Amino acid sequence: MKTVYKKPEPITNRPTTYCPGCPHGIAHRLVAELLEEMNLTSETVIVWPVGCSVFGYYFIGTDAVEAAHGRACAMATGMKRTHPESFVITYQGDGDLASIGIAETVHAAVRGEKITVVYVNNGNYGMTGGQMAPTTLIGQKTTTSPYGRDPKLTGFPMHVPEMLATLEATAYIARASLDSPQHIIQAKKFLKKAFNAQVNGIGFSLVEMISSCPTNWKMTPVAAMERIRNEVLPVFPIGEFKVAEGVE
Amino acid sequence: MGEKTLMKGAEVIAEAAMRAGCMAFFGYPITPQNEVPEYFSRQMPKLGRVFLQAGSEVAAINMVYGAACTGTRVITTSSSPGISLMQEGFSYIANSDVPCVVVNAMRGGPGLGDIAPAQADYFQAVKGGGHGDYHSIVIAPYTLQEEADLMFDAFDLADKYRIMVVVLVDGLMGQMMEPVEFKEWVDVKKFKTPDWATVGQRDRDHRNIITSLEILAEGLEKMNFHLQEKYKIIEKNEVRFEEYKMDDAEYAITAFGTIARIAKTVVNMARDEGIKLGLIRPITLWPFPTKLIEKRAEQLKFFFDSELNAGQMLEDVKLAVNGRKPVYFYGKLGGIVPSAEDIYAEFKKHIKGDR
Repeated sequence: MKTVYKKPEPITNRPTTYCPGCPHGIAHRLVAELLEEMNLTSETVIVWPVGCSVFGYYFIGTDAVEAAHGRACAMATGMKRTHPESFVITYQGDGDLASIGIAETVHAAVRGEKITVVYVNNGNYGMTGGQMAPTTLIGQKTTTSPYGRDPKLTGFPMHVPEMLATLEATAYIARASLDSPQHIIQAKKFLKKAFNAQVNGIGFSLVEMISSCPTNWKMTPVAAMERIRNEVLPVFPIGEFKVAEGVE
Repeated sequence: MGEKTLMKGAEVIAEAAMRAGCMAFFGYPITPQNEVPEYFSRQMPKLGRVFLQAGSEVAAINMVYGAACTGTRVITTSSSPGISLMQEGFSYIANSDVPCVVVNAMRGGPGLGDIAPAQADYFQAVKGGGHGDYHSIVIAPYTLQEEADLMFDAFDLADKYRIMVVVLVDGLMGQMMEPVEFKEWVDVKKFKTPDWATVGQRDRDHRNIITSLEILAEGLEKMNFHLQEKYKIIEKNEVRFEEYKMDDAEYAITAFGTIARIAKTVVNMARDEGIKLGLIRPITLWPFPTKLIEKRAEQLKFFFDSELNAGQMLEDVKLAVNGRKPVYFYGKLGGIVPSAEDIYAEFKKHIKGDR
């Protein structure tokens, strides 16, 4: 018998706390598959955020710390600078990274910290009940933009990879999507390059993963994935925005 | 011990910290302590250690938190407004049981205040500052020599109890110069990564998770009980103070840091006039020398507390005295440092009825 599918070794046996249809499970699996394939699990420390993935350390079984809201990149900096031999990942949502933690994220990128950021963007604050985020689409209704996001009041969706790609010390910056098998395969390829950028000591790497939030979008998981294709990806295009020399 | 070196207080902090085995500094510029990061920035690279200027104090304390989670001897230094920004990190560090050292060269507040010496962050340092039930060990040196010596104790205590240690000085302590004799360099090659550190599991038979989160109230209560147990042990073992001419004293000044140094002169002025005045100088502001003050309340006619604030340590003195004797207060605000003559004159106002 040939094994064609199995649970990646770093994934624990604990049932997740995510809502049915939530793509965090997919993102976790991609991280875990690559840690196993690249033989990185035992040297990895993951900095978990405040948000839906606040309990992420229960589901991916590496050494882990739990950061204050938005501070993951600063905490990761402290760990990586004092222990360059550790493989340091931050796993953050869009509220955590693009709103409250944007300063820590930008300055980590400016300095070219040799860390990897997994940035899961579902366009709202999932854990707190679906409030507006910097990534919320124009016209999108959330619990704090009940009439739809109005750019005159709160501006436009924030494109983090496009911003960070302008910084010289970034090694690899990309945006992927978790809406379909094809895009998920591509997301893994992007994430592998991001991991490699750290392993080879090139610089700061980040992969945004466009995700859904069926619960707060008030949609079925399938309809939520369709919304990504129809409404989100036209605003947040998939692609590699920065591939520094030496990144494979 | 080596020879005496004439140095600025801020540089004494940095030099002593490096000798005590500090492997990493993260911080953000703020007056009146910029000579600390500047000194670190010159010296740490030569030692192969980490110096990093953060984008803000918020980032700096979270870098400290990250480094602390790896079991690395780590420090940040700042001054009052910067320390306010770090309070979130202090609270997380407290409930994560990780060690670090923080120096606050206090300046006048509230708000942007000024850059003159003050002691108005006593409450913030001693009573918490961040959210939740926690303590940090708070050490208040009063000379540069003591500052140089206590930096070693600060790192040792932080490691021993896996706790944040605050070295609370005022802007004057950072800016003045004095001859200082430093202790020998700690051999950092002997440092081992602690078993609890998050550096990747590698050969360990278990993985490490460092978090201040516990969503079940029963579990969080357990974490809190653990902290409270730790604090009880620290209160039992680590109280430090100095008494000056207290054996036959009828009155005592209570003071810490710079003002305690001036108070020693005041004690001598009083003794020259035949007044039996002594000094009680808490060196650890937390744990506070409550029992000592309780004991001394028996022999004294009154206490006279003096601080560079509106009366903050005063509350802890009063709690220890517990109404048995009067506790008077004299404070200067906004960065003004009183002379020994000022303090003595204020003290004597209270003594008239007693003599």
